[in-house]
Amino acid sequence: ITALSCSVSFQQRIEIHKLRQGDNLILGFSIGGGIDQDPTQNPFSEDKTDKGIYVTRVTEGGPAEVAGLQIGDKIMQVNGWDRTMVTHDQARKRLTKRNEEVVRLLVTRQSLQKAVQQSMMS
Amino acid sequence: MSTAMDTESTYSGYSHYSGHSKKAHRQGRDRHKSPRSKDGSRSEKSVTIQTPPAEPLLGNDSSRAEEGQDDNWGETTTAITGTSEHSISQEDIARISKDLEDSVGLDCKRYLGLTVAAVLGLLVFLTPIAFILLPKILWGDDLKTCGTVCDGLFISVAFKLLILLIGTWALFFRQPKADIPRVFVFRAILLVLIFLFVFSYWLFYGVRILDLKDTDYQGIVQYAVSLVDALLFIHYLAIVLLELRQLQPMFTVKVVRSTDGESRYYSLGHLSIQRAALVVLENYYRDFTVYNPALLTASKSRAAKHMAGLKVYNVDGPGNNASGQSRAMIAAAARRRDSSHNELYHEEADHERRVKKRRARLVVAVEEAFTHIKRLEAEEQQKAPGEMMDPREAAQAIFPSMARALQKYLRTTRQQQYHSMESILQHLSFCITNNMTPKAFLERYLNPGPTLQYDRDRWFSKQWTLVSEDAVTSGLRDGIVFVLKCLDFSLVVNVKKIPFIKLSEEFIDPKSHKFVLRLQSETSV
Repeated sequence: ITALSCSVSFQQRIEIHKLRQGDNLILGFSIGGGIDQDPTQNPFSEDKTDKGIYVTRVTEGGPAEVAGLQIGDKIMQVNGWDRTMVTHDQARKRLTKRNEEVVRLLVTRQSLQKAVQQSMMS
Repeated sequence: MSTAMDTESTYSGYSHYSGHSKKAHRQGRDRHKSPRSKDGSRSEKSVTIQTPPAEPLLGNDSSRAEEGQDDNWGETTTAITGTSEHSISQEDIARISKDLEDSVGLDCKRYLGLTVAAVLGLLVFLTPIAFILLPKILWGDDLKTCGTVCDGLFISVAFKLLILLIGTWALFFRQPKADIPRVFVFRAILLVLIFLFVFSYWLFYGVRILDLKDTDYQGIVQYAVSLVDALLFIHYLAIVLLELRQLQPMFTVKVVRSTDGESRYYSLGHLSIQRAALVVLENYYRDFTVYNPALLTASKSRAAKHMAGLKVYNVDGPGNNASGQSRAMIAAAARRRDSSHNELYHEEADHERRVKKRRARLVVAVEEAFTHIKRLEAEEQQKAPGEMMDPREAAQAIFPSMARALQKYLRTTRQQQYHSMESILQHLSFCITNNMTPKAFLERYLNPGPTLQYDRDRWFSKQWTLVSEDAVTSGLRDGIVFVLKCLDFSLVVNVKKIPFIKLSEEFIDPKSHKFVLRLQSETSV
């Protein structure tokens, strides 16, 4: 057993290229949560007081799935802007800016944390 | 068909009041004398009033308002009303027969009292005017002239006297509703107060002003103004004591009729027992259904049958053991297998059914009669426009078709003596005139109404007696019971105080009612 004291960030960077559909640029996933929402109804969060933005659906074959975004991910940053304490609408706005073609997300996920923990244990 | 009632009643008490203005005063005296000659059983009269023996004439009968005369004073009314009552407190029962002979002298005393009171009132009214005029008359030349100040004071005196006159007329000039034997304590107090007050003013005036021939006229006029002001304040006191104090409800009285148990509740304020009895009686005529002795015969016959089959024989020898006998009877009656409850039940069920059947027939007959009228009206209008049928004729035309059904119904509900043919015809023409429906016409017969609805002769109660343990001028208290008796039944009145209510407040923060509706929305990007 190797004891590792590492400050491993359980975060992942995902880069999504937006897809043009008609007049809109879509990313291909749905978000839920926000500081103005009810955190107890969030099925993905471990801590039911967590008011962060979570990914609730990922469309199949969309740019988000291609980029590796998974359902249940919590979005921490969008293009460098912190999205942990924002309202639902603010999060949506930051993601759907018309003049951006690429969004870079910093996400964290439970499975990721568990995987790291397991690797630490072994 | 029941015969028409004899409508030549002597006179109805409600249409006669002995007014206390000077001309009505004479009328009152005449009318008061006439019923003495008539037979006493049917017409309304004042009963013998029992006055407390030792009270002085002036103290009681100077029960006048400060201005003029008024009609609502107990001692000095000579009203002859349909409901007269006199009170008997238990210690005075022995004196009743003696007072019967004194009744004639009593009326003279009352008229004397009335005159004295009128004179006193007039005197009180004229006093300020006398105060102002006397110096001018007696030593007018020596008086210092006072200019506009006095004129202003004269005007104020005039208007205040006018206001006082109007106020007294409004408050006290009321036709008496009833004859009450004992004086109202508050009224007596007020009158004594007024009398002493005016007397002291005159005393002061006589000593200081008349004797010394004071030349300061303005001071004299101001003295008169102060008298009028004080009279106005006494008038205010009279309003508060006599009218306003009893408005706030403090007691709830329960009135139960002794014969059939019908009961009502009323709210009263601070009243004396005799006034409370008056209020109860006024409401009795309006609220209680009419007393019908025919309805009581069933229970009486049942009660008679109970004890009828038992007789007590005393075998042990002489000696009248009455209580032992009655106890033996009660015990025997209890042991007897009594099926009277069965009879009662079946009898009542039968009666219900019979009444309902007759009622249905009656309603149908009346409805047919009324449609007949409508048809007649329509025909009349077609034939000769402008010539309407007289409602009386219309009533007489349709009456025979429903007379039988109506009479049968009245017989079943034992109301037949309350409605004569004449009264039914009158009611029918009244309903036709006012375009009423058959149901409105029948309302009077289907439900027994209050006593006021029927003829005076059917009221059964013209004289009332107030029986109470406490003095009738004492105020109401919690737990007092008094009885209003008339010849056929009595009303038992039970007084209860309205409970003292402790009301506290509780503040609720409006924010505690607010809550945030939390959503969980999902947006696709």
